[in-house]
Amino acid sequence: MAKELWKGNEAVAEAAIRAGCRYFFGYPITPQNEIPEYFARHMPEHDGVFLQAESEVAAINMAYGAAGSGARVMTSSSSPGISLKQEGISYIAGAELPVVIVNMMRGGPGLGSIAPGQSDYFQATRGGGNGDYRTVVLAPATIQEMTDLTQEAFDIADLYRIPVLVLADGMIGQMMEAVEWKKPKARKLPAKGWATDGTKGKREHNIINSLFIDPKDCTQHNQNLQKKHDLITQNEIRFEEYLTDDAEVLFVAYGTTARICQSAAIKLREAGVKAGVFRPISLWPYPEKELYLCANRGCVKTVVCAEMSMGQMIDDVKIALNGSKPVRFIGSGGGTFPTSAELMAAAHTALEGV
Amino acid sequence: MIHEIILSGFGGQGIMAMGKMLAEAGMQEGLSVNWLPSYGPEVRGGTANCSVMLSSEPIVSPIVLEPTEIIVMNKPSLLRFEPELVSGGIAFINSSIIEIPATRRDINAFYVPCLDIASELGNPRAANMVMLGAYIEVTQCLHQKTVEKMLTHLFTGAKAGLVALNKEALRRGAACILRAAC
Repeated sequence: MAKELWKGNEAVAEAAIRAGCRYFFGYPITPQNEIPEYFARHMPEHDGVFLQAESEVAAINMAYGAAGSGARVMTSSSSPGISLKQEGISYIAGAELPVVIVNMMRGGPGLGSIAPGQSDYFQATRGGGNGDYRTVVLAPATIQEMTDLTQEAFDIADLYRIPVLVLADGMIGQMMEAVEWKKPKARKLPAKGWATDGTKGKREHNIINSLFIDPKDCTQHNQNLQKKHDLITQNEIRFEEYLTDDAEVLFVAYGTTARICQSAAIKLREAGVKAGVFRPISLWPYPEKELYLCANRGCVKTVVCAEMSMGQMIDDVKIALNGSKPVRFIGSGGGTFPTSAELMAAAHTALEGV
Repeated sequence: MIHEIILSGFGGQGIMAMGKMLAEAGMQEGLSVNWLPSYGPEVRGGTANCSVMLSSEPIVSPIVLEPTEIIVMNKPSLLRFEPELVSGGIAFINSSIIEIPATRRDINAFYVPCLDIASELGNPRAANMVMLGAYIEVTQCLHQKTVEKMLTHLFTGAKAGLVALNKEALRRGAACILRAAC
């Protein structure tokens, strides 16, 4: 198929429509406003529903309701707006419903800045809501990858009945790149026999709920959720290695930062320093074993974790490496990014420190 | 081949559109492309800019810090981006409204009176297309024909009349460079 030039925010919305999403509930916030704009314009063409809610809290609960009725549904926002949705996300996870949520991250904390950021890693992977729940977190680095992952996010959400978060940043939302529309690999998805879509007098009522009065029932529920989380950890890990075969210094980064690291790795190699990049694509489940293997199978002497934050994913990098390699951090929070020159300097310092 | 371009000017001068035309044409010619707008708390009449990358290799980092070319449509843009230009880079200057020259000795500058030319054509809003024609003529990074063909798809219906104007704007921009070279 021919390539088309797409803006990130519009591409993520189009990808959702192509995946069969017919309900979108949102509330405006920079830098993701082209997502609701695109849905507002194009949902009616597909007999779908676009609704601008009165708040982020309302939007996530509308998504909760639509998912409960068995529909494919999306909501999107940027950092402070995603914070407001956390209660709803916990409820959706507790009620085991498939919802796809997009976070085009910006600088934080609080209202922060509207420039691109990556400081919602903890919130995304640890959960900003209460309880032992998980959300699958997919972190694209290009618009092509974002369109592929967004379509697949709906399948993953349906297959495991779990909220899936597409975690990108304002830069990916705002930029334009070439996209070739592809269908995700076909998965066998179970029928939604649990949906509250009307009994038509033919079956018992389905009940969707996250409340268990008897703690024994709630414990059983948590054990079931854990089994599901283990299965997802087994099946849904994604990552990419870039120039890692003979790398002596290994960058670990995701999303936009990983692309800057790739550029730094190329320049480092031109200067005779063997550098590579390990890029987690699924942030939960985290490619823990894969990162350990990548850092320990060859010539890696030192690891540099880079983020557009003050250091959040580095916790997972340290857990994965389990003390096997020295780890340094370089990053900047609040809406700025580490430059390729700064990354190169960090790589040099790391190698000197070995 | 890689071009890392910063385009900058007043809001309303068609900066974003010019950048998108470059990226779209690059993609149609099989290049890897990226278009990244500056976005922020912008004000009416303020400066808008975007960056475009055109590369025969896959693009990794989308961030342009040291542009190989700058296209500046107003004076604040020249002042801001001339220092960032890579040594040996090229500045395209809208000499209709920028009354000062580039100051660096290690760069090339082309002075394109794109607003005057567009006004002669009867539509000052086509100044960006005059500049685009000049840019392509100098860098030869794309075929003018690719952009001309795109115009036919871009302006349809009530706007179809703009195709001829914009094509002429591109040609006049290129001609302005050729004339300067003689």
